[in-house]
Amino acid sequence: MRHAMSIEPTPTSIHRDAGQAVTRPSPYLEISDLWKSYGDFVALHDISLSIAKGEFVCFLGPSGCGKTTLLRAIAGLDLQSQGTILQDGRNISTLPASKRDYGIVFQSYALFPNLTIEQNIAFGLENTGRSKAEIAARVAELLETVGLSAQGKKYPAQLSGGQQQRIALARAIAISPGLLLLDEPLSALDAKVRVHLRHEIKALQRKLGVTTIMVTHDQEEALAMADRIVVMNHGVIEQVGSPTQIYRHPETLFVADFIGETNQFPAKVMSQGQVEIVHSAFSCSTQDFAAGDPATAVVRPVDIIPHGAGAHAVNSVDRPVTPQNLIDAEVQEMEFLGMFWRTRLTAPRLGDRTLIADFSVNAVRRLNIETGGVIQVEIPKERLLLFPRGA
Amino acid sequence: MTMSLAIDYAPLGKPLRQEASRDDLVKMGFMAVIGLYLIIALGAPLSIMLSKSFSTYRFDLAAFEFQVSDETGETWGAPVTADALNRELGSVTDSELATSSDGRLAATKFFKDFSFRSPVRYRIRGTTDDTAFLVGSALEKGTQWREYDSGTFRRVVLRPASSLGFDNFKTYFSTPALARSIYNSALMAAISTVVTISIAFALAYGLTRSCMPLKGLFRGILTIPILVPSLLPGIALVYLFGNQGVFKDWLMGYSIYGPIGIVIGSVFFTLPHAFLIILTALSVADARHYEAAASLKASKWRTFTTVTVPGARYGIVSAAFVVFTLVITDFGLPKVIGGQYGMLAVDIYKQVIGQQNFEMGAVVSVILLLPAILAFAVDRRMQRRQVALLSARAVPYAPKPNARLDGLCLAFCCLVSLFILGMITMCQIAAVVKFWPYDLTLTAKNFAFDLMDGGGWAAYGNSIKLALLTALFGSLVVFTGAYMVEKADGFRACRGVFHFLAMMPMAVPGMVLGLAYIFFFNNPSNPFHSIYGTMTILVLCTVTHFYTVAHLTALTALKQMDPEFESVAASLKQPFHRLFFRVTVPVCLPAILNIAIYLFVNAMTTVSAVVFLYSTNTKLASVAVLNMDDAGDIAPAAAMGMMIFYTNVAAKLIHALIARGLLTRTQAWR
Ligand SMILES: Nc1ncnc2c1ncn2[C@@H]1O[C@H](COP(=O)(O)OP(=O)(O)OP(=O)(O)O)[C@@H](O)[C@H]1O
Ligand SMILES: [Mg+2]
Repeated sequence: MRHAMSIEPTPTSIHRDAGQAVTRPSPYLEISDLWKSYGDFVALHDISLSIAKGEFVCFLGPSGCGKTTLLRAIAGLDLQSQGTILQDGRNISTLPASKRDYGIVFQSYALFPNLTIEQNIAFGLENTGRSKAEIAARVAELLETVGLSAQGKKYPAQLSGGQQQRIALARAIAISPGLLLLDEPLSALDAKVRVHLRHEIKALQRKLGVTTIMVTHDQEEALAMADRIVVMNHGVIEQVGSPTQIYRHPETLFVADFIGETNQFPAKVMSQGQVEIVHSAFSCSTQDFAAGDPATAVVRPVDIIPHGAGAHAVNSVDRPVTPQNLIDAEVQEMEFLGMFWRTRLTAPRLGDRTLIADFSVNAVRRLNIETGGVIQVEIPKERLLLFPRGA
Repeated sequence: MTMSLAIDYAPLGKPLRQEASRDDLVKMGFMAVIGLYLIIALGAPLSIMLSKSFSTYRFDLAAFEFQVSDETGETWGAPVTADALNRELGSVTDSELATSSDGRLAATKFFKDFSFRSPVRYRIRGTTDDTAFLVGSALEKGTQWREYDSGTFRRVVLRPASSLGFDNFKTYFSTPALARSIYNSALMAAISTVVTISIAFALAYGLTRSCMPLKGLFRGILTIPILVPSLLPGIALVYLFGNQGVFKDWLMGYSIYGPIGIVIGSVFFTLPHAFLIILTALSVADARHYEAAASLKASKWRTFTTVTVPGARYGIVSAAFVVFTLVITDFGLPKVIGGQYGMLAVDIYKQVIGQQNFEMGAVVSVILLLPAILAFAVDRRMQRRQVALLSARAVPYAPKPNARLDGLCLAFCCLVSLFILGMITMCQIAAVVKFWPYDLTLTAKNFAFDLMDGGGWAAYGNSIKLALLTALFGSLVVFTGAYMVEKADGFRACRGVFHFLAMMPMAVPGMVLGLAYIFFFNNPSNPFHSIYGTMTILVLCTVTHFYTVAHLTALTALKQMDPEFESVAASLKQPFHRLFFRVTVPVCLPAILNIAIYLFVNAMTTVSAVVFLYSTNTKLASVAVLNMDDAGDIAPAAAMGMMIFYTNVAAKLIHALIARGLLTRTQAWR
């Protein structure tokens, strides 16, 4: 039911999607019709999802949307109210946590404070028929893997947050689980460490080939790490897709708004390929819309193309046509954000609503864009997205 | 697009149930065991006691029928009820018919010319199935005729019938000496509370808001009274202000035996409790409030009344309830120093031990339970709010030197310390001199306990045994129980009931618990009857008596542990007991040791609950203090009290040593 207008995919994404469709094996983890309610409150609403072996999947969504709840249902820590979960062909829906096959890392890391790093990592290895020497070797190997070989004799409290995080990860993968669950593993760290660890975790996951689910509310983290992202809101899955799909082809307004930034305008579909915003017509794909449907038009700041000071004649406000979606806009404010300029524009054609656009440093220099100037900008028709709007 | 909002309900269907893991079964087993413990050690005895307070016993003469033979023993007269016989003879008055559960009435009373050598034979039966009588010690019941020769009939006694109702309470309230105790107890508790709280607040204020020196020392001195039985201040007061007391004149003719002694002694033994609670409340003061007051140029007094007192208000109220409850339920002190001044807790003792009137004891117990439960309920509410206050991030307040205030606080702390040390010193002197205050030669004769009644050195040995067992067994049960309440997921309802049971002992006075134990365990049909009169029942009773504080200590420690430890262990497929022994217990070790020492000290000093339960083989030091004092051997009583004090001081020191040793070895991570 949640169809946005579809735009032809960019060549890269076609390639990528096609490739995945062919190689994706039968699902390793399959969740179907999962519900979870706390009294009257429904925390998970009919969730169905399949995850392939070796995939890195992120659950992404705002706080309270049910990410942790879903993760804990998969882990058997909080039983779902309804629904089944298959892991590797085995029905684990009602198995206790200890009979499932996964390793988990919590936001708090939950390292045992009175055990050394080595003892923490060895905790899951003991009692499993392994000899002392075997365990020691495995612990050493894991410490090596996470790059903390020198810290084995220390206690958790003597390590930094990032180091503790890696120990928690090492402890979770020590028993070579089939599934790795990470609940906001990076959110307690500062920004720099976070970016660094992102790569480490991703590299480790690739190396081990372990199917991984990570919960996060940080879209950047999800885009950078995930093979596929599951965007959730209010206990429902809004969209599942690769980072580029999610970013470039959001299926719902929520996804569009949550991932990346948006300019939003109330719009009305005029005819096939034509939409009216304020009083002007813009061209864009209107698939799945009928003439007269109300809609919300969305364009991302980075997708707006500057064309320099332009032909004012074609663009007079009275004429309701905007060839190639070109409009005039006055630069109200410019903010230098290091990699690019963020500008606030007002366009008569958009009823003087603010339009936020991000221009590259180059473009700004080349086109001599400055505060107070009037420039012509293009809203590329394949980047102008339409979403249904309640009447 | 959130169309989903419109259909936000889960489909109806059988809710899923998680398959039980082995851990779950083990946990369930533990819960069952400890739940059973709390029911046997607390719930069941209390409910039996409650029912006893509503049971009245009365000889129902109409329910017995007799038949008498002639001299030949062959021809029988007509059956006649005891009631009819009594109407004829008037040998038993109506008031003699009201009795207790233990009441016995000789059957021969109804036969004027009974002679145990005559050849006349007697028959007796009940008219209902429940009618009971004893032949010697054998119980007979029912409507079957039973025939005895006169020699045996002499040993037949009738047993009363029981009925439920408020009669016991009516009797209680119509006995002025008893009913007056309610007023007395409430009055004593109220006065002691006001005095104690004032002193405790001033002390806590001095220790937190002034820069007076020696704070650590005063803290130590102020907690001394916890280490002695509440009988001891009573004995000290007898020596100081009693008939031979050196300071007798200070009382201007009033006697120390009675209200004055009770109040002074109560202040002594409740002071540490109030002091510690208020100290905690004042310690969490927010410096920002003081800065605000200073910037508004508020006067010292105004700052005090608008910032200090309201900030500690929950602590003060909480401390007030604790003191009130302690005084109203205490038995040792009024027993020693109360004289003829009737107090509820002593009434229970007198009714049960003196008059063997268990039902009346139960009535007084129920009356004593009411204020204790009320105080407990209010206190719990207060504590909940106090927690909310605590969790707000506050900037700790650091006092600035102020010569006048500091001097004043120091003087006051010295004064109170003098009072506490004076009382202890008095007992110490009394214990080691021949005859205070006339012959002050040093002697060890007061420590020759084996020469006096009370239990001798064996009693002291028993007390140590009790304290050790209570500390060991108690910390085990309490900590495991608290772990189940806090960490076992699922079993929500079970855990709720469990927690409630664990909180209850706080509201149950020791006397009441002891009496409830008599009712419950001294019943031959109880499967646990065999522990009656043994050390086991003393340990059981003491652990239960002091359960709540220990439980709360354990809970606090457990709440500080990451709630995900259990999840991590499950994901690593490790059984919960490995986590429990390798992580939970070591991390909580300081709290466990605190629980152990708390139980030890209290087991050494407690009198109220165990006074009903000790037997000749299990006499206790604290009870010996009571009994020796009762018998007039006051100096040996003081000596035994001091033995308890020395033991507790030693235990505290050992605890500190062990704690430090263990901490450096097992808690390197801190
Ligand atoms: N035990 C519970 N009882 C009642 N409601 C709960 C319980 N646990 C979670 N919820 C509710 O379920 C919803 C989803 O919670 P969940 O923890 O899964 O959110 P989340 O997506 O992980 O959020 P965050 O990013 O803040 O961690 C929330 O609205 C929460 O209030
Ligand atoms: Mg969460």
